[in-house]
Amino acid sequence: MNLQIAALLAQDGLTNGAIYALLALALVLVFAVTRVVFVPQGEFVAFGALSLAALQNGAVPKTIWLLLAMAVIATILELVALARRRAAARAYMLAVAGWLVAPALVAALLWFAAPLKLALGWQVCLAILSVTAIGPLLYRIAIQPVAQGSVLVLLIVAVAVHFVLGGMGLLFFGAEGSRTPAFTDAMYQLGGINVSGQSLYVYGVSALAIGGLYWAFSQTLYGKALMATAFNRVGARLVGISPNFAGALTLTVAAALGAFSGVLIGPITTVYYDSGFLVGLKGFVGAIIGGLVSYPLAAAGALLIGLIESYASFWASQYKEVIVFTLIIPVLLWRSLKTRHHEEDQ
Amino acid sequence: MSAGAPRSAFVRRWPVWATLAALAVAPAVVPQFYVTLLNYIGLYSLVALGLMLLTGVAGQTSFGQAAFVGVGAYATAILTTMFGWSPWLTLLIGLLATAAIAMMLGFVTLRMSGHFLPLATIAWGISLFYLFGTLPNLGGFTGLTGIPALSIFGFELRQERHFYYLIWAIALAALWGTHNLLDSRLGRAVRALKGSLTMAEAFGVDGAKLKSIVFLYAALLACVSGWLYAHLQRFVNPTPFSLTASIEYLFMAVVGGAGNVWGAVIGATLITLLKEVLQDFLPKLLGQTGQFEVIVFGILIVVLLQRAPDGLTPLVQRLLPRRRPADPAPAPALAHRAVAAATGRPLLEVLDATKEFGGLVAVNNLSFELRQGEILGLIGPNGAGKSTMFNLISGLLPLTRGNVRFNGETISGLAPYHIAARGLARTFQHVKLIGQMSVLDNVALGAFLRTRSGVAKACLKLDGDDEARVRYLAAQQIRRVGLGAQLHDAAGSLPLGKQRVVEIARALAADPALLLLDEPAAGLRYAEKQELANLLRQLQGEGMSILLVEHDMDFVMGLTHRLVVMDFGQKLAEGLPADIQRNPAVREAYLGAA
Amino acid sequence: MTTQLAVDNVSIRYGKVEAVHRISLAVGMGQIVTVIGPNGAGKTTLLSAIMGLLPFHGEIRFEGQSLANASIEDRVENGLCLVPERRELFAEMSVADNLQLGAFCRYRRRDRTIRASLDDVYALFPRLAERREQLAGTLSGGERQMLALGRALMSKPRLLMLDEPSLGLAPRIVKEIFHTIAALQATGVSILLVEQNARVALQVADTGYVLETGELVLSGPSAELAHNPRVAQSYLGQSA
Repeated sequence: MNLQIAALLAQDGLTNGAIYALLALALVLVFAVTRVVFVPQGEFVAFGALSLAALQNGAVPKTIWLLLAMAVIATILELVALARRRAAARAYMLAVAGWLVAPALVAALLWFAAPLKLALGWQVCLAILSVTAIGPLLYRIAIQPVAQGSVLVLLIVAVAVHFVLGGMGLLFFGAEGSRTPAFTDAMYQLGGINVSGQSLYVYGVSALAIGGLYWAFSQTLYGKALMATAFNRVGARLVGISPNFAGALTLTVAAALGAFSGVLIGPITTVYYDSGFLVGLKGFVGAIIGGLVSYPLAAAGALLIGLIESYASFWASQYKEVIVFTLIIPVLLWRSLKTRHHEEDQ
Repeated sequence: MSAGAPRSAFVRRWPVWATLAALAVAPAVVPQFYVTLLNYIGLYSLVALGLMLLTGVAGQTSFGQAAFVGVGAYATAILTTMFGWSPWLTLLIGLLATAAIAMMLGFVTLRMSGHFLPLATIAWGISLFYLFGTLPNLGGFTGLTGIPALSIFGFELRQERHFYYLIWAIALAALWGTHNLLDSRLGRAVRALKGSLTMAEAFGVDGAKLKSIVFLYAALLACVSGWLYAHLQRFVNPTPFSLTASIEYLFMAVVGGAGNVWGAVIGATLITLLKEVLQDFLPKLLGQTGQFEVIVFGILIVVLLQRAPDGLTPLVQRLLPRRRPADPAPAPALAHRAVAAATGRPLLEVLDATKEFGGLVAVNNLSFELRQGEILGLIGPNGAGKSTMFNLISGLLPLTRGNVRFNGETISGLAPYHIAARGLARTFQHVKLIGQMSVLDNVALGAFLRTRSGVAKACLKLDGDDEARVRYLAAQQIRRVGLGAQLHDAAGSLPLGKQRVVEIARALAADPALLLLDEPAAGLRYAEKQELANLLRQLQGEGMSILLVEHDMDFVMGLTHRLVVMDFGQKLAEGLPADIQRNPAVREAYLGAA
Repeated sequence: MTTQLAVDNVSIRYGKVEAVHRISLAVGMGQIVTVIGPNGAGKTTLLSAIMGLLPFHGEIRFEGQSLANASIEDRVENGLCLVPERRELFAEMSVADNLQLGAFCRYRRRDRTIRASLDDVYALFPRLAERREQLAGTLSGGERQMLALGRALMSKPRLLMLDEPSLGLAPRIVKEIFHTIAALQATGVSILLVEQNARVALQVADTGYVLETGELVLSGPSAELAHNPRVAQSYLGQSA
C-alpha cells in the first residue's frame, strides 16, 4: 500500500467513523437518560436514507403511515392515562395537540411537499423531520409502559422494536436498496492527495452536529434537564423533570441523529431496509469503547472503528466484519484491567 | 426428602408427571410435523435453560448463546465429515472449545460491573457468524453436509422419532440438574448475586468467579444443543447461529421467566409455536407474504413484556398447586470454628483508618481496638461515618490510608469474601435480604463458606448430606432469634424490624469469630429490642465478640462493655458507657445540646 | 389557621411490608411542623409518599387537592418540594446549573422571575454565589445542604419538606441552616421537617409529632413535646 491509498482509506474511514460517532453519541445519550440499550437506532438510519431516496423520486415516504398509526395509538394511550388520573380538560387538549395533531401535521407536510421535488437541502430536512417525529411516539408506545423495568426488560423491548421497525422497513421501502446523490461532486487536491468534497461535507456537518449537541446540553435548560436525568434520576424528578418527558425528548434527539446519519451515509453506500442494524452496531461498538458513559470517548471510539474497518476492507475485505467485531474484546480487556471492580450500590 | 407424606408429594407434583408422560408417548401418537417441532423445542429449551440461569437468576445478559450452539454444531460437523471422528469425541472437543471461549469472555467482562458481557457477546457472536460464513472449507453460507447420524450401542438414530428421545433425555437431565443446582449452596449464592452482590460477597461468595461459572454452564448447555442439532439436521450452515438466533434465545428466557427451570421450556415452547403460527397463518390471513411475521412477533413481545415483565412462569405457577416445604429434619452439626476463650487480647485493631470520598473525609485517622469476647459499641450522630468505618472493616470499601488487623493479620486490602473467610460476619444498615427467597434459604446463604459442594455435586444431588446440615443449622439459628414460625415465608414479606433479625441469624449461620452489627435495633419495638439485647448478651457469653454500630443510646448503654464515639469521622471519646454518658463533648455532639 | 397539607389515615407498604401504619397529621399554612423519631421509624418513607416517590393508602391533600393521582412533577408544579436526606444533587453539574434546574417547572411555564429568584438564593447563601461555577460534587457537606435548599427554593415552593437537614453537619452549620429555615417561615413558606436532632427541631417547630415503628405515638405543640418526659428521655437524652 502506498501513501496515496493509505490516505484514501483514512479518508473513507473517517467519513464512516464520523457517521458512527453520531450514532455512538445518540446511543450513549439514550442509555444514560432511559437505561435502554437502543438497538433500533440503526432503523432510524435506514429510514432516513430511504426516505430521502423516496423524496428524490417525488414519492411520499410510506413511513408517514407508520407515523400516523403511532400517533393514534399514542394519543389513545395518553387519553386513557389522563382519564385514569382524572386530569383537567386542558391536559386532554394538550395531549391531542402534542400526540395527534403535531405528527399529523408532519405527515401532511410530507404528503404535499413530496411531489414538488424540492431542492436537495429541503428534501434532507423533510426526510429527517419525518423520522424524527417517530422518536417520541416510539418512546410513548413501546418504552414508557416498561420504563421502570430492569435494564434487561428494556433491552428485550428494544430488540423487539428493532424487529418491528425492520419489518416495517421492508414493507415500506421494499427489498431493493437505494443510493442518494452526493451533496457535491467537487474534488480537492490537498498536498498531492485527492480529497472528495463529499467527505469534507460529512466531516463538516458531523462536527457541526456534535458541536450543536454540546451547545444544547451545556447551554439550554432542556439539554441540562436531560443531562440531569442521566446523572441523577431521583434528583431530576424532584425538580419536576418527568422521566417520560426526558425519555421522549431523548428519543427525539436520537431519531434526528439517526436520520441525519442516514442522509449522510446514503451517498456513500447503497442503503437497504436492513442496512441500519450493522451501521448502528458499529456506532455501538464505538459507544462501548466509551463504556456507554463518556461522550468524547464514544466519539473517538467510533472514529477508530471507521478507520479499522476501512483498512481491514483493504487487506481482507471478506473478514472486515470479523476484524471489526473481534477487536472489541481486547478493548474490553483493556477496560477491565483499567477499571477496578467497584460496587453497584452503597 | 421429607419424611412426611411421600404419596402426597407425588400427587402434588402431578403437573411434572403429566408433562413427562405426555413427552414419553408423544412421538408414537402425534404426526411427524409435531415431532419435529418438539425436537426443536427440546433443543431450544437447553439453550434457554442456561440463559434463564445466567440472565434471569444471575442477572447477566448474553447475546452469544447461538454462537456457542454454533461452536458445538460446527465442531462436530467439521471433525466428523473431514476427519471421520466419532461424534461422541467431537462432543467433548466442542465442549472444550466452548469452555475456553466462555472462560476468556467471562474473564474479560465479568469482573466489571455494568453491561460488558452483553456487549462482548454481541461482538463475538457476530464475528463468529461471519467467520462460519467466510472461512474456506466451511462451505460458506450454504454450509456443510453429510454429517453422520448418531448411534447409541449400534442403534442409528436416523429417524426424528428416535432422535426425539435423545434430545429430551438430555433436556430433561439438564432441567433436573439445573433445578438441583438452583436449590443448592451455589444456587443460593447465584440467586443472591442479582439481589445484592455486596451481601453475597460479605458471606464469602466470589461474585466474579461465580458469574463466570454460570456463564460457562450456560455456554456448555448451548454447545450440547448445537451438537444435537448438527446430528439431527445432518448438515449445518451459519444462519441458525446468527445474532438474531441469540436474540430469540433471549426472548425465550425472558418470556419464560426466571426462577423455575420449567420457565425455559415454557419460553422455548411459546416462542417456537408463536413463530410457527405466525409464519403459517399470517400469509393466509393477509393474502401476501412479507415481513408481517416479524412485525407481529415484535409487537407481541413488546405487549407481553409490558403486561408481564417477569415472564410467564409466575403466571403459570399461580395456577398450580403450592407446595408447603417441610421443616428441615435434625442433622449433624457442621464443623465449628475454634474460638479462643475471652482472653481480652485484641481481636480487631483499627489503626489510623482514613477514608476520603472525593474531597470529603468520611473517616479521619480513626484508631480503636476490639478485645476478644467483648461487645464494643461504635456510636455517634447520623452521618458521623460509622457505617463507612464498618464498610472499611468488612472490606466493602478500600481504605484511603491506615490499616485494619484481625486476629493479628492485616485484612485491609483483602476482598470482602476473603475477609469473610477469616471469621467476620456482618449485617447491613439497609437490609440486604433476597426478598423472594425464604427466610430459611436466606439464612442458609450465611453458611456458604462452611460446606464445599461444587456445581457437579449439586447438579447430581450428591450434596444431600451437606445440605441437610446447612438447612438444619439455618433453622436452628432462625429459631434462636425467635422467627421459627416464619421459616418458609419469603424474607421480603416480613416487617423491616424482623428482617434485621433475619440478617443476624444469617450472620450467625456463618459461625463468625466477630459479629459486626450495623444498627440492628433500628425499627424494632421496645420489647423486641430487649429480646435482641438478651440474645447478644447470650452470644457474648458463648465467646462471641461483637462490634455494634448503633444510634439508639439506650440500647447500647445497657449492652456494651465499651463505647467508641465518632463525630465527623473522628474519634470523639472512648470508654465505659457510664463515663461516655457523662462526657460533655459527647452530649453536645450527639444530643445536639446547645 | 388553614390546613395546607392534610395527611389522613395513611399507610405505606414496601411490597408486603407495612412501613407506616395509619398516620394522620396536618401542616397549617405558614407553620413549621416536625416529625421526630428513631432511625427506621418510617420518617423518610412518609416524606417519600407525600412527594409521590412511593404509593400510599389513605388520603393526602395539599391545599385541598387530593394528591392520589398527582405525579411528582404535578406536586412540584403546585408548590410542594422535598429536600431528601441524600440531597440528590447533580454532582457532575455546576452550582449555577443545579439552581437553574430547580426552576425547571417555572421555566416550562415561562415564568419571567426566575432570574430574581436566583439572586434571592445567592443573597440567602452568599457562599453559593462564590462557588457558582464549581461542580456540586466538589462542595463540602454544609455547602451541599445549602445548594439542596437553594435548588428547592428555586421552584418557589409553598410547602418545603426537609429530610434530616442537619445530617452530617458541624454544629455551627446546623445552626446556620436552622436560622435559614426560620427565615423561610417568615417569608410564608410552610415547612415539614424530619429530624433526628430532636432538640434543634423542636426549638424551631410550631408543632411536633413523634413517629415510632411506623406509628404516631405522640403529638402536640413543640414546646409541650420538649417537656414531655418520654420525649426528653428518648430523644433529648435527659433522665426523666
